Amino acid sequence: MRLALTLASRNLFHDRLRFIATLVGIVFSVVLVMIQMGLFLGFGQMVTTMIDHATADLWVVPKGAKCFEDPSLLDARLANRVRNVDGVAGVVPLVIGFSDWRQESGEMTPVFMVGVDLREPGLQPWNIVDGTVEALSERGALAVDRSYFDRLGVNGVGSTAEIRGKRVKVAAVTDRIRSFTTTPYVFVDLKNARMYTGAPPDRASNLLVRLKQGTDPEKVAQSIRAEVGDAEVLTNGEFQSRSRSFWLFGTGAGAALFAGALLGVIVGTIIVAQTLYSSTKDHLGEFATLRAMGSSNSYIYNVIIYQGVLNAVIGFCVAAAIGLVVVEATARSALPIVITPSLMAGLSALTLIMCVISAIGAIFRVVRTDPATVFMR
Amino acid sequence: MNDAIIEAASVHKTLGAGAGQVEALRGIDLSLQRGELALLMGPSGSGKTTLLLVLGCMLTPTSGSVTICGQPTKDVDKEGLAKLRREHIGFVFQSYHLFPTLTAAQNVQLALDIRGERGRAAVKKSREALAMVGLQNKVHSLPQQLSGGEQQRVAIARAIVANPSAVLADEPTAALDGENGQAIMKILKSIAQERSRAIMVVTHDPRVVPFADRIIHIEDGRLVDANESEYKHLPKVTALKM
Repeated sequence: MRLALTLASRNLFHDRLRFIATLVGIVFSVVLVMIQMGLFLGFGQMVTTMIDHATADLWVVPKGAKCFEDPSLLDARLANRVRNVDGVAGVVPLVIGFSDWRQESGEMTPVFMVGVDLREPGLQPWNIVDGTVEALSERGALAVDRSYFDRLGVNGVGSTAEIRGKRVKVAAVTDRIRSFTTTPYVFVDLKNARMYTGAPPDRASNLLVRLKQGTDPEKVAQSIRAEVGDAEVLTNGEFQSRSRSFWLFGTGAGAALFAGALLGVIVGTIIVAQTLYSSTKDHLGEFATLRAMGSSNSYIYNVIIYQGVLNAVIGFCVAAAIGLVVVEATARSALPIVITPSLMAGLSALTLIMCVISAIGAIFRVVRTDPATVFMR
Repeated sequence: MNDAIIEAASVHKTLGAGAGQVEALRGIDLSLQRGELALLMGPSGSGKTTLLLVLGCMLTPTSGSVTICGQPTKDVDKEGLAKLRREHIGFVFQSYHLFPTLTAAQNVQLALDIRGERGRAAVKKSREALAMVGLQNKVHSLPQQLSGGEQQRVAIARAIVANPSAVLADEPTAALDGENGQAIMKILKSIAQERSRAIMVVTHDPRVVPFADRIIHIEDGRLVDANESEYKHLPKVTALKM
């Protein structure tokens, strides 16, 4: 190991209390940023979960629809025109909307209905742990997620409730299809969806378009646009991006998460800078001795930067371990924290940059040290 | 061949500014030769430390010139002065100034590390330097595990490990008892003679006088004749060689 690194590590670990205080600061900061960004990613994934699980290459949506949950409706008869466009393999109308769920006990709770023609691939419930998709075609049949059992007052397949005065029965149970809002998703057949949301028979929320293999989605989208008038035609990626940007930035939620992350970075930088400065001040005599011995400024900067880097590496490892525990703990929550390898890589770089920037104050202090002071003590 | 390692000519140094301005050095002419051990003696406030700092490239003269191994220090920036120190001068400080978290060997090795000398060769050199000052069995000891005399010997090993042309020592025996002080001076003397280095020792300690090849007296920022010095009573004081 290089002696400068040895000196840096010994300086750092010599005062254990200060080292622990520095670590706590870094860990607090990195965990805060990690959680904020993990929430951001988790939120970003959750708001597009329906689009992600749809078997669609293109979406025909009402003009100006901001997200999957947008309640605007379009003319369902457009589906026939779209079907005739060259390159289109199938079109499935989708009806979504809010409705009221009345438990057996009489308690009411809002639900978000998702209805498609279940005979065709489009948007069917996934992660089914009890019951079948086929059973949903029966009148009054629906699928709910088991994480909402308490909220909906049900306990599995066969449980009953009422929607808009109509008796409904749980025919399938899913796992981990959670809404990022407090409103549970309820999957039903297209006809039932119209009944429960009040959508007219000639209206649909969106059209899910499947393309024939080997066709160019952009080219087909262009052809569909010519057929659907005011309605918009979006690729899967465009619809995901639009939904994500609406929920994350249109609502201010993303900005709040970013602000929290920024706060974490600022707090962390200040804490590390303060402790590095104080550590450097305590070792000024040693740095003056090094300078008197003829050490270059860059050698001394290296010692200080090594201290910052050591802080970063150790702090990040502890923070990463805490982050993994948080990920595990929130995996089944309403808003899971998602930490991806790229987020980890970004955070490690951020921690390193934060700690190196923090060393600047200490470096400025050392630059002002006069080596002649060694002879005065 | 010129044996002068450090040369000072008409060196003046003014410290401070305004009403607090002090002329610390007033026309110093001095030459420090290869192979000699010179003592720099004088009362407190006479300019000893300022002269040491100027000769050691930590201060530049206000006027006059200093050359280190033929290289003038005039108009050299701080990094340039550090380079001159790194390449030509070893320092021994009164309070040792060892790094408390590093072992004796690492303290010595640090002087090589700042010169870019690393690896096994550097480890070997630092152990040899410690052996030369009689501390071959203390390489892994931390400074607080060593006595004052041993710490000063580590400091000497650190000062000589990179083979500098000159060693400047500031009161190296001041914090030591008589026996340890003698041991330190013997080591410095042997470095001057056997390694042909120029050694200058700033001291108040009359016990070190027998080790000197030359005593340089300074009073009120001027070099003075031995007979004018308050140390004229000391034994074996040789005439000022210029």
